Amino acid sequence: MTVLVKVMLKSGVLDPQGKAIAEALHRLGYAAVSDVRAGKLFRIEVDTADAAHAREVGREMARQLLANPVIEDFEVALETAATGGAR
Amino acid sequence: MSAGKAARVAVVVFPGSNCDEDAALAARTTLEADVKMVRFDEHALGDPDLVILPGGFSYGDYLRSGAMARFSPVMESVAAFAAKGGAVLGICNGFQILCEAGLLPGAMLRNAGLRFVCRDVWLRVESKRTPFTLAINRGDVLRMPIAHGDGNWTADPDVYAEMTARDQVVFRYVRPDGARGADANPNGSLDDVAGICNLEGNVVGLMPHPERAADPLLGGTDGARLFKSFATTRLAMQER
Repeated sequence: MTVLVKVMLKSGVLDPQGKAIAEALHRLGYAAVSDVRAGKLFRIEVDTADAAHAREVGREMARQLLANPVIEDFEVALETAATGGAR
Repeated sequence: MSAGKAARVAVVVFPGSNCDEDAALAARTTLEADVKMVRFDEHALGDPDLVILPGGFSYGDYLRSGAMARFSPVMESVAAFAAKGGAVLGICNGFQILCEAGLLPGAMLRNAGLRFVCRDVWLRVESKRTPFTLAINRGDVLRMPIAHGDGNWTADPDVYAEMTARDQVVFRYVRPDGARGADANPNGSLDDVAGICNLEGNVVGLMPHPERAADPLLGGTDGARLFKSFATTRLAMQER
C-alpha cells in the first residue's frame, strides 16, 4: 500500500521559500498569486493490505520523524493503484 | 574528579560532521582537555565533564537539519548525560540536533534570506546562568563566525514567553557596538536569538562557532571565552 504523507509549515510560521517562490511567480506575470507555501510530500510503500493500519503507520512515522511538530503540520492519505492519486 | 585534573571532553562525530576536529582542538588549547572523539554509533561517552555536538551537515541535512542525527545511538547517551546535569554544548548543526532531539526548545527554519550565510557576527551575552557564560559579563559583545543555511530559530509564542521569563536566551545577534537591529540578525531568527539553554542551564546551543574563534591565528579569540568560562565553572564546582 502506498502512503502519502504531506508535511507543511504551520499556518503561523513564516515560510521564506514560499515567499521567494511567490515573488518569482509575480515576476513571471502571475499577478493573481497571493500566497505560496512550500511543503514536502513523502510517498512511502508499506507492506500491508490493511488501509487503516497503513494510515496509522503513516501518522506514526510523521509524528516521529517526517514532521517537526514545533513548526510543521502533516496529513496522511493513501494512494490507490486504480486512481494513482490520493484519496 | 579531583581538582587540577584535566577536563574530559567528548566530541560527538556524526556522519557529515565537519567541525569535530576544530572543536577538539579548541577544547585542547583552551581547556587543556583530554578529548575523546565519540562516533554516532557508540554509546560510551567516557565519563566526560563536557559533551560537544559539533557543527557540520550530519546526514547531509536531509529531511531537516539534525532530524536524522537525533536518532543516532549516541544521542541516547547524550540525553542521559544531560538529564543528570552534564554540560552539553551544541554548535551550529549541534544546536539544530539538540532542538530536533527536544533537549532544547524551538526549531530551525531556513534562513530568512534563503542564503547560506558565512561571515562574522556579533553576539551579546544575555544570560550568565550557563557554564559557558558564567564567567562572562552580561552585555559583553563577542565576535564569532557563522556558516549556516538553517539558523532561523523559532518557537511558539507561549514557549518563547516562558523561555524569556526563565532567562533561557543566552546570546542575541547585535551590531558591533552591542545594539540590536534587523541588520545585525543574519538569519531572521525570532527576537534575534543566536543561542539558548534548557531550563536547567546545562544544555546550550548556538549557531555561531566559538571553536573557530578560539585562537589568534583564526582571527579572533572571543570564542575561547566560552570554553574558559566552562573551565572556571568546573573549578568552582570542584572547590565547592
